[in-house]
Amino acid sequence: MAARASAQASGWQLPDGNNNERLRNKNIKQNQKSASTRNITIDWDNYDPGNAYDDIIGPDGKPRPAAGELAKRLGALSPKDLKDRQVAAEKAIVETGITFTVYSEGQNIDRAWPFDIVPRTLDKDEWMNTEAGLKQRLRALNHFIDDVYHDQRIVKDGRFPREILESSKNFLPACVGANPAHKVWANICGTDLVRDKDGTIYVLEDNLRVPSGVSYMLENRSITKQVFPELFSRQKILPVDDYPAELFNMLVSLSPRPGDDPEVVVLTPGIYNSAYFEHSYLARRMGAELVEGNDLVVGDDDCVYMRAIEGLVRVDVIYSRINATFLDPEVFEKDSMLGVPGLIRSWRAGNVAIANAPGTGVADDKVVYIFVPDMIRYYLDEEPILANVPTYQCADPKSLGFVLENLEELVVKPANESGGYGMLVGPQSTLKERTEFKEVVKNNPRNYVAQPVITLSTVPTVVNRKLEPRHVDLRPFILQGDSLYVTPGGLTRVALRRGSLVVNSSQGGGSKDTWVVG
Amino acid sequence: MLSRVAERVYWMSRYLERVESAARLVAVYSELLLDLPEEAQLDWSLPLEILGMGDGYQQSPKDETELSFMLTSPNNVASILSSLNYARENARTTRDIVPSEAWRTVNELHLYAARNLPTVARRPGSKVALEIVGRCHEITGILEGTMSHGPAYQFVRLGRSLERADMTSRIIDVAATIMIANREELERNDSTIWRAVLRALSAYQMYRQYVRRRILAEDVVVFLLKDKDFPRSITHCVNVLDDALSNLPRAEATAEAMQQVRSCVADVAVEKLEHDTLHQFVDDLQLDLGTLHGVIYETWLNPMRAAQ
Repeated sequence: MAARASAQASGWQLPDGNNNERLRNKNIKQNQKSASTRNITIDWDNYDPGNAYDDIIGPDGKPRPAAGELAKRLGALSPKDLKDRQVAAEKAIVETGITFTVYSEGQNIDRAWPFDIVPRTLDKDEWMNTEAGLKQRLRALNHFIDDVYHDQRIVKDGRFPREILESSKNFLPACVGANPAHKVWANICGTDLVRDKDGTIYVLEDNLRVPSGVSYMLENRSITKQVFPELFSRQKILPVDDYPAELFNMLVSLSPRPGDDPEVVVLTPGIYNSAYFEHSYLARRMGAELVEGNDLVVGDDDCVYMRAIEGLVRVDVIYSRINATFLDPEVFEKDSMLGVPGLIRSWRAGNVAIANAPGTGVADDKVVYIFVPDMIRYYLDEEPILANVPTYQCADPKSLGFVLENLEELVVKPANESGGYGMLVGPQSTLKERTEFKEVVKNNPRNYVAQPVITLSTVPTVVNRKLEPRHVDLRPFILQGDSLYVTPGGLTRVALRRGSLVVNSSQGGGSKDTWVVG
Repeated sequence: MLSRVAERVYWMSRYLERVESAARLVAVYSELLLDLPEEAQLDWSLPLEILGMGDGYQQSPKDETELSFMLTSPNNVASILSSLNYARENARTTRDIVPSEAWRTVNELHLYAARNLPTVARRPGSKVALEIVGRCHEITGILEGTMSHGPAYQFVRLGRSLERADMTSRIIDVAATIMIANREELERNDSTIWRAVLRALSAYQMYRQYVRRRILAEDVVVFLLKDKDFPRSITHCVNVLDDALSNLPRAEATAEAMQQVRSCVADVAVEKLEHDTLHQFVDDLQLDLGTLHGVIYETWLNPMRAAQ
């Protein structure tokens, strides 16, 4: 109360965006991260990332080379300026309608996207190396998936255990023998990268089923251009806006019908899905139709058609945001109302392309992940450019023993979950939690993998009107059709609670714009 | 354009027109009740009949008045509030196609109606109803002015025109029915009834401009059936339907049903109409309009159309 009174006394404006009652669309709520009415101070003297690697500030307290201009600009802004820009960013997000959904929130359908105005910078040379590593990885993964659904040479040559395939929930027998375009199954991959205390970048996991977040990456850049326009002319920041065009070109390259104008659609489960904003956004930016399962029908000719006012329109490429097992009640989950009966039949006949191909999930598995560096050697005859985080498989009895002994120092995750659920972060757990978790793992060891805790790198983040270090990861997106493309940078996700390493938006994480500075 | 989306846009438009017509009817009728002498014995069952809710009301729980059944009843899928619910749901799920301003206005109209219609049920008056009519005009204007007049907009016009033609025919029908039923009592009030009919269609001022005679039943009927220019006349609505259809792909499928509607309206000899033949004519017209709706649905909107 007192602070407010003094604010008014000195003539500061209370910005509109703070007053929730005046927000026009009452369905969109601001998250807790909303700037208060007070200004944001930067106190570099007391900015302490601990033993984490900070992406902006070096160990000597000076900005890293790629962050030079940014730090200079931040330093030149008054606390009020900083506050104004954070508020302007939040307002732009609400007005543009950039939202996402959190499942546990009951009634609330839309939440405003949580965004922090301080971008995360990356050095361009380092990035080019990372990019090469990401392309290499996806190429190897695609070789693997194609091999798994054909001759399984990697298994016959003893380089990959048969038991892992046999116990994999995501190996789909209905996909055996299929031949997607260019022999590429995973057309879109979201690979999570983390940087450890010594600055080394590791791959945390490859998300190959329906990876999301790219629309937020695009919107973060768009908002940042509004908030810090002056920085874009003073240095070369690689643009990310090409993504929808690159995505569209990749999808077109998958079309079964030769010609210039293939019909590309985005298949969504519908408005109640948490990533619906992204489905709609990408469809709009690509100029593709946004369809639901019921809009499609498979004809007696095994071709896919869209129910349109023009009549039945042939569909060539489907960018599917529905999990493979819900795609076709003829073949998979019989009760699924989301899919299209006969779609797999059409896909196997080569009459429609689906990105990502059904069956791709076999490689989206934390146990399979362990073998990726070896896949690079086996299929490409190259050394991996990017390293995996050292990972222990609980399916192996020796590793299981080690994991159970050292639970306090490890992060233990289920092989098949996403969203950060069902895992244990050893150093942050209680004795009771560890005891219970040990039983869970012993009951189903194949389902668990463990990794040493990576102290994720940090980036200055607006917290309680100050800039404080918060842990981040990075999700670039890699496209593969007839060629490969990697988004410069990607989506930086930030854990908003001090010390927390859980960055997922579904559990209250935030995000930042990512700059590859050349 | 997806059939599913076209269907929602079409129904959003139909429901909004339904809301506007019903609200206008309520406004006019509230004022009419003040004008008529007591012996005339009109009550809210009349508008209920016009809106086709008579049977529904008979079968509903008896703790509701006719007025509240018409305005807000959850037991009535065609009550103003129910119709607004559907309109809003259709607008919400077509936000990619329909201008966002239209969605916001529909959403706010729904809130306004939910808050204010219950009081109208208890104390009839025209203020809330007129406000609703005004906001519907706003939405029509937003769509006309900011939505591209492509296929999606043609479905807006189709939905609105079919609903309008239907509504005009109902009003004519019920007016004729009253005349038959109350011939002697109402002779003195003949022009009052027809004046009310015109007001219920916002037609009074235009009628006076174009038909410079006393208000006579036949003249009103001719005006409402045949005038090409007045937006709520049936002929005008039919012309709009024709024009909208001509802008859609594969419109040949509707040619026969359209022709049927045209002939029905064109061939009727209004001078020879007695109140009972008028009633028969309206029945035929409503059937033909229903058939046309069915053909439109099958040609473009049916989301479950099978593959060949």
